[in-house]
Amino acid sequence: MIDSTAIVLRGITKRFPGVVANDNVDLTVRHGSVHAIVGENGSGKSTLMKILYGEQPPDEGTITVDGTVRSFKSPRDAIAAGIGMVHQHFMLAGNLTVIENVILGDEPGRKWRIDVDVARARIAEIGRRYGLAVDPDATIDELGVGERQRVEILKVLYRGVKILILDEPTAVLVPHEVDELFTSLRDLTAEGVTALFISHKLDEVLAIADAITVIRAGRTVAHVLPADVDAHQLAELMIGSELPTPETRDDTVQPETVLALRGLCLHDGERVVLDEVEVVVHAGEIVGIAGVEGNGQRELLDIVIGIEQADSGSILLEGEDVTTLSTRHRREIGLGYIPEDRHHDGLVLEAPLWENVMLGHQTRKPFVNGPWIDKRAAIERTEQIIEAFDVRTPGAEVAAVALSGGNQQKLLIGREMLTDPKVLVAAHPTRGIDVGAQAVAWDAIRDARAKGLGVLLISADLDELIGLSDSLLVIYKGRIVAHLDPARITPGELGSYMTGAREASGATR
Amino acid sequence: MNRRKLIELVGAPFAAFGVAVVVSSIVLVLAGYNPLDAFDAMWSHINGTDALIDAINDAAPYYVSGLAAAIGFKMGLFNIGVEGQYRMAAFWAAVIGAKVSLPAVLHVPFILIVAMLVGGAWASVPGVLAVKRNVNVVISTIMLNSITVALVALWLKDSHFRYRPNPADLVPKTKTLDRSAWMPDLNAAIEKIGFHFPANTRLHGYLVLAAVIGAVFYVLVWRTRFGFDLRMSGANPSAARASGVNPNRMIVMTMLMSGALAGLVGMGQMLSEGHLFGDQFPTGLGFAGIAVALLGRNHPAGIAFAAFVWSALETASIGLSNVEIPQEIAKIMQGTLLLSAVVVYEIIKRQSAAATLRAAAETTRAKALEVSTA
Repeated sequence: MIDSTAIVLRGITKRFPGVVANDNVDLTVRHGSVHAIVGENGSGKSTLMKILYGEQPPDEGTITVDGTVRSFKSPRDAIAAGIGMVHQHFMLAGNLTVIENVILGDEPGRKWRIDVDVARARIAEIGRRYGLAVDPDATIDELGVGERQRVEILKVLYRGVKILILDEPTAVLVPHEVDELFTSLRDLTAEGVTALFISHKLDEVLAIADAITVIRAGRTVAHVLPADVDAHQLAELMIGSELPTPETRDDTVQPETVLALRGLCLHDGERVVLDEVEVVVHAGEIVGIAGVEGNGQRELLDIVIGIEQADSGSILLEGEDVTTLSTRHRREIGLGYIPEDRHHDGLVLEAPLWENVMLGHQTRKPFVNGPWIDKRAAIERTEQIIEAFDVRTPGAEVAAVALSGGNQQKLLIGREMLTDPKVLVAAHPTRGIDVGAQAVAWDAIRDARAKGLGVLLISADLDELIGLSDSLLVIYKGRIVAHLDPARITPGELGSYMTGAREASGATR
Repeated sequence: MNRRKLIELVGAPFAAFGVAVVVSSIVLVLAGYNPLDAFDAMWSHINGTDALIDAINDAAPYYVSGLAAAIGFKMGLFNIGVEGQYRMAAFWAAVIGAKVSLPAVLHVPFILIVAMLVGGAWASVPGVLAVKRNVNVVISTIMLNSITVALVALWLKDSHFRYRPNPADLVPKTKTLDRSAWMPDLNAAIEKIGFHFPANTRLHGYLVLAAVIGAVFYVLVWRTRFGFDLRMSGANPSAARASGVNPNRMIVMTMLMSGALAGLVGMGQMLSEGHLFGDQFPTGLGFAGIAVALLGRNHPAGIAFAAFVWSALETASIGLSNVEIPQEIAKIMQGTLLLSAVVVYEIIKRQSAAATLRAAAETTRAKALEVSTA
């Protein structure tokens, strides 16, 4: 190949009224390379990818693909030019087969008939060529997360795309799946496919990328090669300042139990979701639960919160049996909750910040006075949170939807910490937020722990889980299979427990 | 920000009204009429004190009906059954109200309470079905509307609830309420401040009741904890649930309230006009309420405005008969008004959402730059 560049972006500028999301961004991506783009949330990397994928037009600048200057009116144009996007949240129909999902919208055959055999042959050919093995007749529901991602990639390749944009592809994967993805990526690039890899996880970026571009505040601040930097330097380039760590060093565990789960069982029809789960959280202790998604940890949290009822077993909160009590009652005793999906379970996006801060405290002073809402007190509290947790917002009356993900999460964590809960149930407290917000979240959890808060923590970020936890449980197929000391375990070892490859002695107590 | 709010509040309904006028004009032209004649006839009819008073009187039940629908809409609960609920409530209020004899101060409130209880009880049926059996409220309320119409017709035609002093009497109706159950009109009170009513016009006392209900609605929904739970459940049910709101309890409570309000919809007719339930009792007030709630964006002030426009269009359409244009044109105007209002509101909602996003982005950006240059 004479021209070795797949993509050249020159002077890309994108303004929203009053805001410059991309400011004169330059980017050169070589053919057949994995090019990582790193940056905090809100740094403008997603805007840049939207421009490249034709979802938004740039105000200035040129996009050159394979030596030809292009302008995209829609993703359709981008795909035609050979650029495809693998979304972070899979866009697959669960009850359809792999073949059906891959060909959806681009079916071979004519008029009313779909030529499944042609599709099957092409998918098999792509799979062979790029080393993406998936059973074409399996339904998506039967597949694991890693396999679903391969289907997403297949779907894009099926459309003849040679340049893949991978948006946070490892966010949902466990370590061995990440390794598999990286193997696939190497196979793909060996076959001439170019990959743009967007990630927060700098170790992974360093492991897979051939070149790295760092974006900060809408500008490209550095082009580096992975050989020349370490994760620490890269992170500092990204945020432009010192780095936070999740480590909790001093031991604050107190003798009294604040949360005890006794023999919790849950069945979904024939399937065992939770099997005799026993968890004890002491005051000042963070108990981490590690597990691959779908092994019962979500249901476990729902039961602790009171959204779901266990088939058997009991829950003791501050010594009180709350097994049959409502969510509201549990919250009034002192249960805080950071949900896995803040948009779904945590915030009311169209409501103003002060109403969001009331949420979960709406039966307590100072937010209410008898049956009446005390808006002034709620706004005052909201302003305290904005100040203490560095929530970047024009004010307390703004709708939550206007905040970036990190700021929403800071508000949410501030809200839960505000009333000094005794127990905090936290699911992925720093998922998808930037390093700055992450530091605020960790500090808040650590400070509260020092004051005697008991935390039940679930996270897919194994560094976070190992770094924050005082004790670590592994859940596998609804059973607690290992009880580990976070001081003596590596993410790799933890990963092998999580996939059931290893079982610890003393697991079932 | 405030200017934007004002434009939103005032501009949107006018824009919607403009679209409705244009569409109706097109329909009129296609049908071979001169739109100017039609609008002129409508305007000259409504432009008189007695017609205006008619329009105001008729707006009140639309208003209450709109509120009944809106309280459900506020929590994402689509009670399409206001139609059936107000008929059921009016029937029993008429039957029970005629059976008792009470002094006026008690008789009117007694009937109102009966109507609210019956309306609430009837509306709780789909509420309980939704909670216990996961039956879709929209479907069950629609079906209960048909059941109610049939039930009430049956009771009215062929039961001892029918008042038939003379066996030759062919009109099915309940017994007329005692005088003590008639709501006083507002004429006397208003004439004191110097306004003179034309002969044979009365401003219904029911208007005061409607205004009070509107005020209570506002306070309940925007100022109380219950209202907070209600609005949060409507905006994001799962977040509300995680915050401790019991969704099942909210569904039943809201249906009860919606039904109780629905029970009051027919009371204007019952206590200020006809004083009995018969086959002439007005229909369609419940369905109009859904439209009025949508048009008024579930806010008591907006619904008041919408209810008045709705009833003014109906009153004005009477003028069309003078120029031999079908009155149905008013219905077309109502329909297009509703449709264009929904579209205009949506456009404005998106614009203002984009504006808040930009405002917030600016602040974030300014701070980010401060940090990075520091």
